[in-house]
Amino acid sequence: MQNNAVSMRGVTKRFGEVVANHDVSLDIREGEILALLGENGSGKTTIMNMLSGIYYPDAGQIFVRGQEESIRSPKDAFRLGIGMVHQHFKLVEVFTAAENILLGMSGNGRFDKKTAATEIAALAQRYGFDLDPQRKIYDMAVSEKQTVEIIKVLYRGADILILDEPTAVLTPQETEKLFKVLRNMRDDGKSIVIITHKLSEVMAISDRVTVLRRGEYIDTLNTKETNPQALADRMVGRALKLNIDRPEPQNPQTRLMVSKLSCRSPEGLRVLDGVSFEARSGEILGIAGVGGSGQRELCEAIAGLYPMESGDIRYLAPDGKDPKGESLRGMSPTAIRALGVSLAFVPEDRLGMGLVGSMGMVENMMLKSYAEGKSFLTDHKPSKNLAEDVRRRLGVVTPDLKTPVQRLSGGNVQKVLLGREIASKPSVLMAAYPVRGLDINSSYMIYSLLNEQKKEGAAVIYVGEDLDVLLELCDRILVLCGGQVSGIVDGRSVTKEEVGLMMTQVKEDRPHDA
Amino acid sequence: MHNLVNFLTAGILATAPLLFGVLGEILTEKSGNLNLGVEGMMFMGGIGGLLGAYYYGLSTDTPSTFVAVLLAILCSMLCAGFGAFLFSVLTITLRANQNVTGLALTIFGVGFANFFGEAVAASDPNRVLAVSESVRNAFNGPIFPPAMVQIPFLGKLLFSHNFMVYLSILLALVLSLFLYHSRKGLNLRAVGENPATADAAGVNVTLYKYVATCLGGAISGLGGLYLVMNAACGVGGVWVHNCIDGYGWLAVALVIFSVWSPSRAVLCSLVFGGLSVMRYYYPVSWIPSTIYDIIPYLTTAVVLIAVSIRNSRQSQPPESLGLAYFREER
Repeated sequence: MQNNAVSMRGVTKRFGEVVANHDVSLDIREGEILALLGENGSGKTTIMNMLSGIYYPDAGQIFVRGQEESIRSPKDAFRLGIGMVHQHFKLVEVFTAAENILLGMSGNGRFDKKTAATEIAALAQRYGFDLDPQRKIYDMAVSEKQTVEIIKVLYRGADILILDEPTAVLTPQETEKLFKVLRNMRDDGKSIVIITHKLSEVMAISDRVTVLRRGEYIDTLNTKETNPQALADRMVGRALKLNIDRPEPQNPQTRLMVSKLSCRSPEGLRVLDGVSFEARSGEILGIAGVGGSGQRELCEAIAGLYPMESGDIRYLAPDGKDPKGESLRGMSPTAIRALGVSLAFVPEDRLGMGLVGSMGMVENMMLKSYAEGKSFLTDHKPSKNLAEDVRRRLGVVTPDLKTPVQRLSGGNVQKVLLGREIASKPSVLMAAYPVRGLDINSSYMIYSLLNEQKKEGAAVIYVGEDLDVLLELCDRILVLCGGQVSGIVDGRSVTKEEVGLMMTQVKEDRPHDA
Repeated sequence: MHNLVNFLTAGILATAPLLFGVLGEILTEKSGNLNLGVEGMMFMGGIGGLLGAYYYGLSTDTPSTFVAVLLAILCSMLCAGFGAFLFSVLTITLRANQNVTGLALTIFGVGFANFFGEAVAASDPNRVLAVSESVRNAFNGPIFPPAMVQIPFLGKLLFSHNFMVYLSILLALVLSLFLYHSRKGLNLRAVGENPATADAAGVNVTLYKYVATCLGGAISGLGGLYLVMNAACGVGGVWVHNCIDGYGWLAVALVIFSVWSPSRAVLCSLVFGGLSVMRYYYPVSWIPSTIYDIIPYLTTAVVLIAVSIRNSRQSQPPESLGLAYFREER
């Protein structure tokens, strides 16, 4: 049995009301690759941030090589040989690789860039990295930047290495290369933690796997003795009964037809890969997947906000005159909205998209309709009526219609956003994360609003994070994994475990319809 | 040829105050702080230094010129540094808007300097705030032996200047060395480019910002002292109402002109300083002097546009220039 490099015991971290980690205990052994598996928001990154000195735990103990330690800053972590490579690279773009690596190092010894560059090159070679220390970061591809990050940590003498979702930005070939390097480092005696939600990677690279769920420790397994299904079960947990209303779809007709849609991010990464599905009127189509699997890009592509690389999106109007539908490709977002395709996207900060924080409800309503006016001056009356209507019907709590919406609570902000989208009587309503951060009552309110739209014959697309909700609210569920559709399933018959597994790996043989 | 040497010599004299301002502001901006209060800090540096030397002269019967000069420099830097410190507290600790704070500092500095300048002058028996002849000469006379100054052409060009000129050029070299060849300089540049990265690498972002901004302000203040003490640019050792007269703003513009590089700042200030005195040495009869006077400003504007259009990755301002930094919390 190997020694423990790190032991965390009963570690708890709260952010205000939110408990990010509750009583988590885990071990990292010397010379192993440990995978930390969990959904988004399961507290994987938070627990490792406590090890690397970004956060300080509210309770619990951390032992490093058997010694209890208090890690108060990244500097403390470096001193203990713990280094973390964050998901968002922390690099200075106009510096060379070497300068970035040397940054923040204390001044013992001469500051000699040449010697440092040689040392860095030697370090890179030892583990099989490709790196030119004199290149500027802005000239580098994403994978090279990651290499700089890893070497930065190694150069500081870290032997406990934490990688937060390292493969999210890599192509499969680059991932393979990274894994090779990681194995080299493990064989060199280093401890490596890789934070991930991809089961295939867990199986490919790790020696042991620790599963977290909703901030709590669930289980630790030897990778050799487990299988993807068992891991997925532990990751998503048992299904909860929520009693969300789900009326039968009435007379469903295809409203939106997406075929072989592919998109690339500005960085050139494939974010959507051959996505095909149809959204039907009188039905709620759920979209499941771990965060960043292409949900946002899919919604934006439909709304005309994200460039399509290939494939097509066709809109079939409710009057049924045009059975083949109209292609949305190349249409402006305004034209798409005029067709009745509406997007209500609630981003992580809740205000970023769709509403202007410093404006009141009336003005926010107007953002959508001011272009219809003919005169030079704006007409406040209809917007004011609409705002009043939304406030009354959805029970928005606000002192005044003119109060800036950023002063309202999260739930009320989301009601304003959704209320405005619904008011335009859309035939396709996309609601992305509409219950993000809401309490139970407000969430149910949103669900019934969506159901109302469904009954009125809109094709509702609901992008959600909570699997339990998706399973009870949606008629069909499309599961995305890494920008690909890993399946479209019937919301009434599918089990949570099945969806959990589909979220983490694409099955080629699964039929693409339900 | 004689005229050319005279012209260049005068140009160099006119360069130094700008160079101090530019170097101070470069140091400040490298930490990510955009301090538009250079004008105000130059005023504060000017009056601070003048008052330091003035009161030292009053306090003793046998004043030493060396001590007076030293005190002038010290008080100038302290006074301007104090202005920069106010700016730092407001923008770094309290995260106030840097542009607004900088403008406020300028207004404050101008008022501060004119108030004390005129109040002290009013209390003086001669109704003027002035330093002794010997201090004045120390700020204006050459520091090299006359034999060197008398070398044809080069002597006057290189060795005839007062010590502040050499100090400013030395400062440019030191600053350049510091920024690009020391660990602390690397850390400072990282703070200005990407404070979150610097923070994660264990650099004390707040400390670096404070030190760079205060020191930068103090250096800018020396430009003010130069303007107050130098006979070529002002009256020389006497407080004159509004004597800084826009040099601080020029320094801010010249920082961009020199793309945040101390060594290039020497060259840019020299071009500007030369252009600003050119009309006295190469008058053109058909150009009205008022039009001739705007040539340096026009050149600055044109170069600013050119630099902005060129848009290369290396000649960009520090990435987080003007932004307050606070550690992200969830």
